[in-house]
Amino acid sequence: MWDYVKIAVLGVIAVCAAIAANYARDMAYLVHALIVMLVAAGFFIYTLRQMDKPRLAHDGEYLDGVIRAGVIATAFWGVVGFAAGTFIASQLAFPSLNFEWAQGYANFGRLRPLHTSAVIFAFGGNALIATSFYVVQRTSAARLWGGNAAWFVFWGYNLFIILAATGYLLGATQSKEYAEPEWYVDWWLTVVWVVYLAVFFGTILKRKEKHIYVANWFYLSFIVTIAMLHVVNNLSIPVSLFGAKSVQVFAGVQDAMTQWWYGHNAVGFFLTAGFLGMMYYFVPKQAERPVYSYKLSIIHFWALIFLYIWAGPHHLHYTALPDWASTLGMVFSVMLWMPSWGGMINGLMTLSGAWDKLRTDPVIRMMVVSVGFYGMSTFEGPMMSIKAVNSLSHYTDWTIGHVHSGALGWNGMITFGALYFLAPRLWNKERLYSLTLVSWHFWLATIGIVLYAASMWVTGIMEGLMWREVDAQGFLVNSFADTVSAKYPMYVVRAIGGGLYVAGGVIMCYNLWKTATSAPAKKAAAVAAPAE
Amino acid sequence: MDTYSALRAFADSWALLALTMFFIGVVVWVFRPGSTPQHRDSANIPFRHEDKPARTGGPDASGATSSKEART
Repeated sequence: MWDYVKIAVLGVIAVCAAIAANYARDMAYLVHALIVMLVAAGFFIYTLRQMDKPRLAHDGEYLDGVIRAGVIATAFWGVVGFAAGTFIASQLAFPSLNFEWAQGYANFGRLRPLHTSAVIFAFGGNALIATSFYVVQRTSAARLWGGNAAWFVFWGYNLFIILAATGYLLGATQSKEYAEPEWYVDWWLTVVWVVYLAVFFGTILKRKEKHIYVANWFYLSFIVTIAMLHVVNNLSIPVSLFGAKSVQVFAGVQDAMTQWWYGHNAVGFFLTAGFLGMMYYFVPKQAERPVYSYKLSIIHFWALIFLYIWAGPHHLHYTALPDWASTLGMVFSVMLWMPSWGGMINGLMTLSGAWDKLRTDPVIRMMVVSVGFYGMSTFEGPMMSIKAVNSLSHYTDWTIGHVHSGALGWNGMITFGALYFLAPRLWNKERLYSLTLVSWHFWLATIGIVLYAASMWVTGIMEGLMWREVDAQGFLVNSFADTVSAKYPMYVVRAIGGGLYVAGGVIMCYNLWKTATSAPAKKAAAVAAPAE
Repeated sequence: MDTYSALRAFADSWALLALTMFFIGVVVWVFRPGSTPQHRDSANIPFRHEDKPARTGGPDASGATSSKEART
């Protein structure tokens, strides 16, 4: 019965998408309608062909297929996103890379949101979905709730990525940073996200462990908060049902505040809370010892949740935003330093008594460096949110350096660690294909981050100082173009750092591929090893 | 009073008090006497069901300790 409903719904969607393509008022909408039509038709045929296959009950094991798909998608989108970032970094250093034949499609302005969404939502989002499905099953001792709903989340989320990415290239954007996709893409993500919440929460509800492990608290707060942020920040009215353009409900400073309430909490709950969920599972597992202090982890969670939501106004210092609001944002950002470092200490001290593993296990080395970068960027962030510091750092490359020490260092490294942890387990292998290659990846990525962050500190502070320099008569000394030409060497260094990071990512893909295909298979576990 | 002022007054009085009390309550609850074994048990959750979900009814056959057994 359910299959009949499914093919009926898919068929209706395919027909509606075809009609929408016919009436499309702009290129982006037309392409999106055709993509939706093809995807719906593809799943229609797939479902039709599966209808007479017998269904197997799998209640005695975990649902791991969707996690394998998630690992592949994470690795793929990671390399795509890093490569896009390196390319646009090179465009800034060498403007001739904005090719004449690709003007309007592949110039910096179009590719920049493609890069940010590819790394945050495609790489980070797929990593979060895959690891959350893995962790919630293992710590709840229960199979994922909702059967194939998890597969809907995976394919639906990746369709969202495709629609967002193609939309940027074709110029469909509502010009809200990190929330660029237009109205129908936002609606689709809302549907997918509600199903994601249902699968995750349903699994927690049917858990066999009495206590909900702390990693699941972080994942759940990430899912719930992102739902709230996404809906409120994307309140907009489409101009036409057959066009991509929409108009925001908010205007002026209210719109700016809503945007940065969203923007900063996307950092706080997507890139921090969700990835802390990863940290609280994978670091103890890889170190083979429980988290340093479970009590601290609970306080870490509640303190982070209570403080983060207020920090957004620090993106709007010295703007039309009322002074009290920006002071509030600054104060809460500075207070955030404490739970952040509490979490960092908890992650690092999990290794106490096992520090020797750092010498032999490059995977744990990655995780430790990741937690280190978490501590570093959560110190840098509160400092930059102080108004006096922000008057120097805002609108400069220092901000970009800060974001990347968090994103490449913390989010990237913890995800790499999790992928290296997951691959042998998901493909039932004895071990990774090569630890040497993991070491190569580790060093390439670390040196890449150091080059990136150091060059952005130098160019950011230089730029800030040049912008505010006035002569004896009170005139500005430097024009904007002066700062651009002064930044050239640092931009080249930044692009080289990015190149090293991409190279590490490619090595990881090769290593994971070989692990899945040619690492030695795991031997069947001995039933009862005799004591000797 | 207009809506903005009423909400504003509520936010920086009762709502602030309630959120602060909740947070202090969490801290007190975490450090309540006698909670350490329970937290230690929770911290070990990731090491119990690596390969298979827990079977319905009765303790695990694989010999892993369920949360009940650990506390006795």
